[in-house]
Amino acid sequence: MSASTAPVLQVRDLVVEYEVHRSSSERVQAVRGVSFDVHAGEVVALVGESGSGKSTTAHAVVGLLPGGGRVVGGSVRLHDGELVGLGAKAWQQVRGARIGLVPQDPGIALNPVTRIGDQVAEVLRIHGRVRRAAAAQQAVEILRSVGLSDPEARARQYPHELSGGMRQRVLIGIALALEPALVIADEPTSALDVTVQRRVLDLLDDVTSRTGSAVLFITHDLAVAADRADRVVVMKDGEIVEQGLTAQVLGSPSHPYTKTLLAAAPQLTVRERVAPAPVPAGETPLLDVLSVSKTFRLPGHAGRTVQAVDDVSFSITRGAAFGLVGESGSGKSTVARLVLQLTAPDTGSVLLDGAPVADAAGRAVLRRRSQLVHQNPFASLDPRFTVAKIIDEPLRSHRVGNRARRRERVVELLDQVALGASYADRRPGELSGGQRQRVAIARALALEPDLLVLDEPTSALDVSVQAQILALLDRLRRERGLTYLFISHDLAVVRQVVDRVGVMHDGRLVEVGPTEDVFDDPQDPYTAELVGAIPGRRADLADLADLTPDALLERSTR
Amino acid sequence: MTGYVLRRLGAAVLVLWAAFTVSFAVLYLLPSDPVSIILDAANPGGTVDPEQVAELSARYGFDRPPLEQYLVMLGRAVTGDLGVSVTSGAPVSELLADAFPQTLALTSFALGLALLFGGAIAAASSWSRSTRLRGALLSLPPLGVSMPTFWIGLLLLQAFSFRLPIFPAVGNQGFPSLVLPALTLAIPLSAVIAQVLARSMRTAWDAPYVETALAKGASRGRVQWRHVTRNAALPALTLLGIAVGNLLAGAVVVETVFSRAGFGGLVEKAVRTQDIPVVQGVVVVGALVFVVVNLVVDLAYPALDPRIARTPATA
Repeated sequence: MSASTAPVLQVRDLVVEYEVHRSSSERVQAVRGVSFDVHAGEVVALVGESGSGKSTTAHAVVGLLPGGGRVVGGSVRLHDGELVGLGAKAWQQVRGARIGLVPQDPGIALNPVTRIGDQVAEVLRIHGRVRRAAAAQQAVEILRSVGLSDPEARARQYPHELSGGMRQRVLIGIALALEPALVIADEPTSALDVTVQRRVLDLLDDVTSRTGSAVLFITHDLAVAADRADRVVVMKDGEIVEQGLTAQVLGSPSHPYTKTLLAAAPQLTVRERVAPAPVPAGETPLLDVLSVSKTFRLPGHAGRTVQAVDDVSFSITRGAAFGLVGESGSGKSTVARLVLQLTAPDTGSVLLDGAPVADAAGRAVLRRRSQLVHQNPFASLDPRFTVAKIIDEPLRSHRVGNRARRRERVVELLDQVALGASYADRRPGELSGGQRQRVAIARALALEPDLLVLDEPTSALDVSVQAQILALLDRLRRERGLTYLFISHDLAVVRQVVDRVGVMHDGRLVEVGPTEDVFDDPQDPYTAELVGAIPGRRADLADLADLTPDALLERSTR
Repeated sequence: MTGYVLRRLGAAVLVLWAAFTVSFAVLYLLPSDPVSIILDAANPGGTVDPEQVAELSARYGFDRPPLEQYLVMLGRAVTGDLGVSVTSGAPVSELLADAFPQTLALTSFALGLALLFGGAIAAASSWSRSTRLRGALLSLPPLGVSMPTFWIGLLLLQAFSFRLPIFPAVGNQGFPSLVLPALTLAIPLSAVIAQVLARSMRTAWDAPYVETALAKGASRGRVQWRHVTRNAALPALTLLGIAVGNLLAGAVVVETVFSRAGFGGLVEKAVRTQDIPVVQGVVVVGALVFVVVNLVVDLAYPALDPRIARTPATA
């Protein structure tokens, strides 16, 4: 990585514009004068929040800007060749052969109606290296090289028959099949579970170091960047605010925005939590979940079932926050549905304040005293309602107060979630993701519930917004004595906000205990694997900040 | 897979049975007197002879309880006997067998043309990067849909039969006589196909797997052919199953406009003369065609989309 070797990728003063609307000539600049290099064998992370222009930059480099987007200034050079302004035919020879792309969401990035082997072989066939039979043979070898077991069988399968992690392995195989000089990985693991993420990123490290490819890694996750990148480029509003060696940028950031991002990243900061209010001995817990189980029938398979929740028990004391963590399919969301009686358990029972919630009377109490905050604030608010009407809805359906009293209550609730009365007449479409989630929380608080069930409340939000929402939840809990059941796949987030945590795996609760104990000294092997997979552990940035620049350089060249 | 085929077959039989039953109910059981209708049809304006009525009732079984009538007719229909025409006395199945090949030739030729035109317009509009060409192509389908079939027929006759005598205006004489009626039928259908297909192709072009393919270095043509077309074909295929029903109905009009022998003529005459057995025969055969086409469509799905009717892999 010495300065004398020419970089593989050289981006200079890149400017990308988008049409605001098909019919108008109005245009916005999504990327404004971006310059950076990527050298052979190097991993450069492009980090930033949504709208920062990181993904647009990556797509401009590979010449795949979506309709209405175009490069209007600057240059993108791959080795010595200029890519800006290349014709369609010339681009076809660059893509796949000299630049590989690992796309964002493996769930939808493979053609659903074509066999895996054919999709891998396609890249070989396009670049004319091999005949059909040889391509098929080579595709199997590629599948083997990305760590898929039984690659001959995988090659004959269709994408829906593979797990997300396996599909991302296939896509990495496709991107690296022809050993391109540059690999662009666009949020390659943000759709994957944390343990799968770690294995897929290890594989990407492995394969790129084998081929010696330069890697441009796009991510919103600073912890992942800290673990995987040699250098970090921080983008905000289409511009680069800071770039340099990973340890320098993340260890001693110079730009205020980088500092904000770092402070908001849950994995990289240890935030002080307030101790929960001491529980008087002998008081009944607010929520008691007593060995609930739930089995679902698999559609299309007579008699085949899946055990979603298997004998799960836990209790939450009043005023406490209990975290339920696990990967997709672990059953944590089903537990939330069982607690709220949106689904009836096959066996076991749920008690609220010592009273069963399964009968009609219990359910009526439950509906009033417990509320749910959904994962996706973009889908959970009716787009045609005003904010006031959204927050008012539970009050209306439970016939609380008169019109004037309810209006007062709405303003009060908006104030509690720090939005202010001026938001009352807006519609969800005019709000940002964070503002929408505040509205959803205000709606949940309308009936003054005791228990809030928070189902991944921040996973659709940018890190800095996530930090604000978590702080809001923390404040509300202290001020209003709320009790939380916090469900998340993100262990770092859970660690920040809960007192006790339960770890779910294959429908069972494998470990329950105080947060610190579970994270620092996991007893169950699965918990240990989960905790070990949290990104941001490799780079101990607090240490790095004290190191000299020379030592930093040494550490970052692997 | 076997289960899927059996379920589809069962559904097909059910639809046929329902078509027969509903047409029986409508034609024979609704408050009217089939015997007087038949007599009137055989001898318009003639006097009614009670003896003749009794004789006819016995011959057609109208003196029996409705359930018995129904079961007897259903039993005969299953063996292919759909009764005899009231006006000509010929077996209904023979009349249908005479008319069917003409209509089959017309509708299948029209279907082929519609697929060709509709597919070409959709593919060209989704493949093209020129917004102007795309706009022009996409303005064709609404035009095609909004023109009435008989009017298209008259227009084509005027242009290609009278002004430029290329194709015959009427009759069933060989392939040239088939072209204009088939075109008339194909134009509205191709418009619908183009609309649905163009939309699903646009959706497919925006799918992430297209980006993956482009990132492999695939040309737009290759993406269109290998990735977009097959994924976009499914909604259009569903449409096709429904469209065949409309095609049969359209054939009735078109055959009348072009004075072709076929189902259209048969239906038109049967309805005019209130020849109930023939009308029911046409309904049942129409349902049969519809059911067969939809069965083919249903069986084509798994071939096009492996996610249907394939057991998912177990962990």
